[in-house]
Amino acid sequence: MADDATRRAVSQIPLLKTHAGPRDRSLWPLRLKEEYQALIKFVEQNKEADNDWFRLESNADGTRWTGTCWFIHDLLRYEFRLEFDVPVTYPDTAPEVAVPELDGKTAKMYRGGKICLTEHFAPLWARNAPRFGLAHLMALGLGPWLAVEVPDLISKGLVVHKEGQRETAE
Amino acid sequence: MNRLFFQPHQAGLSKVEAAEHTLRNINPDVTFETHNYNITTMENFTHFMDRISHGGLEEGKPVDLVLSCVDNFEARMAINTACNELGQIWMESGVSENAVSGHIQLIIPGETACFACAPPLVVAANIDEKTLKREGVCAASLPTTMGVVAGLLVQNVLKYLLQFGTVSYYLGYNAMQDFFPSMAMKANPQCNDRYCRRQQEEYKKKEAERPKVEVVQEEEEVVVHEDNEWGIEVVSEVTDAELQAASGTAPDLPEGITVAYTIPAETAASGETVEETEQSLEELMAQMRKL
Repeated sequence: MADDATRRAVSQIPLLKTHAGPRDRSLWPLRLKEEYQALIKFVEQNKEADNDWFRLESNADGTRWTGTCWFIHDLLRYEFRLEFDVPVTYPDTAPEVAVPELDGKTAKMYRGGKICLTEHFAPLWARNAPRFGLAHLMALGLGPWLAVEVPDLISKGLVVHKEGQRETAE
Repeated sequence: MNRLFFQPHQAGLSKVEAAEHTLRNINPDVTFETHNYNITTMENFTHFMDRISHGGLEEGKPVDLVLSCVDNFEARMAINTACNELGQIWMESGVSENAVSGHIQLIIPGETACFACAPPLVVAANIDEKTLKREGVCAASLPTTMGVVAGLLVQNVLKYLLQFGTVSYYLGYNAMQDFFPSMAMKANPQCNDRYCRRQQEEYKKKEAERPKVEVVQEEEEVVVHEDNEWGIEVVSEVTDAELQAASGTAPDLPEGITVAYTIPAETAASGETVEETEQSLEELMAQMRKL
């Protein structure tokens, strides 16, 4: 699985209670509220740990999510847009997170910018569904992916820092 | 299956478009309907289910069979969800990430295991993974493995639709050792998918209502004619004695393999051979011409 820091972060994210996907007209709104609750908690925890690294929001019915994630490398802040659809088989299957700006720049990615997760992710998600939610997807999926890929992309010159995003360490 | 049709001149087309073009060239009498979208999203899934239930040979009727040739777990789960809900029989197929194994599976909602009844099955490889896995590389791709699995799938489809042979419920292919495990898996009463559970209930009800069919031993009636004016008898062309003389020993073969015919060890010299002759070849040729 991921390293200790990730494991610790994940264990603090509240688990979700309602087993419902987007086709479940009666229970999906409840699940959606739980998703937002867990995400808000997670972001607050990140801020407290001085590791605030993403924002997410959805459309009205919670089926399409967009946001930004950022990564600090060598005192510079790199920002990327992210997006995903909630699949009909959610929460038994996890959404496929996409970082469109990085499409084609790394082998660890599918067409359209969908990130390729390690083989540990799918069994882990399957074992914890439906208690895992979008916050867990961020912590276990996107977070580790960025941690591995971004420094590599920067060192290869495939990702270049945009002007005006300099951030000094506290 | 989902990429075997691509040819270099089709670069830029979607997989389904390229498949349609290639297949249409092979057989123009087939009707095609192509859609290129992600079936796991809410809007596409509704359309997908609609086409399964109304896109049969006669528009409005459901299709006879669905064949899953997708390359990821999420898409398979979506197909499984749709087929469980619609009670649609389908066959699932796939090739492993390391491209050295594959499988086909027949799924009858309520009767057999659905795709969600058990965690994903893996055809045992019996190889040291280190010889296959390389750092930084995700998946391998061998069109040969895919070709074999595609052939197995279509063969199973033919047997199913035309009702001959034994339709496999699950057939695996281990390319490294050429091993083909097969089995059948019953539905899981605690399956996560509630439509699967519902289909299981309906299936149990149907089975209970079916009248018990008694297996009757069919006796082959010996054909006897009322009269036989000419004394006609049916005999074998070869007598038993001749058959014995013509057979040799059959080699020791594993079950399922046999020889087409055998050759006896000793060829009994039963006829005259040609005589010794002083004549030359040219003389014999001349003799022939004079005949």
